[in-house]
Amino acid sequence: MSDAPAARAVVAGHGSFADGIVSAVGHISGRSGALRAVTNEGCDAAGIEAAIGRALDELGAHVVFTDLPAGSCTMAARRLARARGGVTVVVGASAAAVLDFVMGEAGANADAVRAAGRGRESLTVFEATGPARGD
Amino acid sequence: MAIEQFRIDDRLVHGQVVIGWGQPLGLTHLVIVDDAMVENAWEADLYRMATPPGMTLDVESVASFAAHPQPLDRHLGAGMVLTTNVDTMRRLVEAVPGIRTVTIGGLHHQPGRAPSLPYVFLSTEDIANLGALAASGVAVIAQDLPGSTPVPLGDLVAAGGV
Repeated sequence: MSDAPAARAVVAGHGSFADGIVSAVGHISGRSGALRAVTNEGCDAAGIEAAIGRALDELGAHVVFTDLPAGSCTMAARRLARARGGVTVVVGASAAAVLDFVMGEAGANADAVRAAGRGRESLTVFEATGPARGD
Repeated sequence: MAIEQFRIDDRLVHGQVVIGWGQPLGLTHLVIVDDAMVENAWEADLYRMATPPGMTLDVESVASFAAHPQPLDRHLGAGMVLTTNVDTMRRLVEAVPGIRTVTIGGLHHQPGRAPSLPYVFLSTEDIANLGALAASGVAVIAQDLPGSTPVPLGDLVAAGGV
């Protein structure tokens, strides 16, 4: 039986966003080999697309998590998905969503859909109950 | 209100544009001027879907933008025009009177381009086109975000080493 995680994905975003998500999920799950980080820093649109494509190929993955709907990584991932086919793009990634994904065993697309739901459910606000102490 | 922002950015609509500039300037409409994208509905829709609520996006060619009766006064709110390269912005400036400032927001590394700033790489052709813009009376600066220090064209060229 292979030790390689079943669910693998590329995480792409602004600055060090992807490194942080990959680091956090690796520490929690122990499945650091399941993810590859891509940053948009210093890249034009074609450069980001190429970097995501290389990361998918190196990992043998078919899922890309990106940070923002209007982000250049999302644009690049969607262009790549259209050109290649068979690539799922999840926009609005969080540690909760990516963590859920890497623990999945249902197949890339199903794991991605479930993980996106988990990410939505995890976003919670505990509102302030009064003024800050000392005010 | 007139369109007053003219940005060269090879990523076009992205976070720096819709958040970094969009919120402090209160931008309500973006116009991508790109002759090829006008013929590519999928690409145009990709950028439309990335445009946040409260902001509209038009995709036009240089010719269709210039042909508008009042190309810089077509909307009620604040607007920004985006081109992906210097050549398109130069052609736009030549076709549309009244553009006073062009901002380079992002031209990233490609073969034949040398670094001037971390987010600006220029080719000899880019520098010639930017020089032509400046010679026509347009102020050319590089500035990725409102909080960044604007860098004038002369300093970009001096730093570029092309």
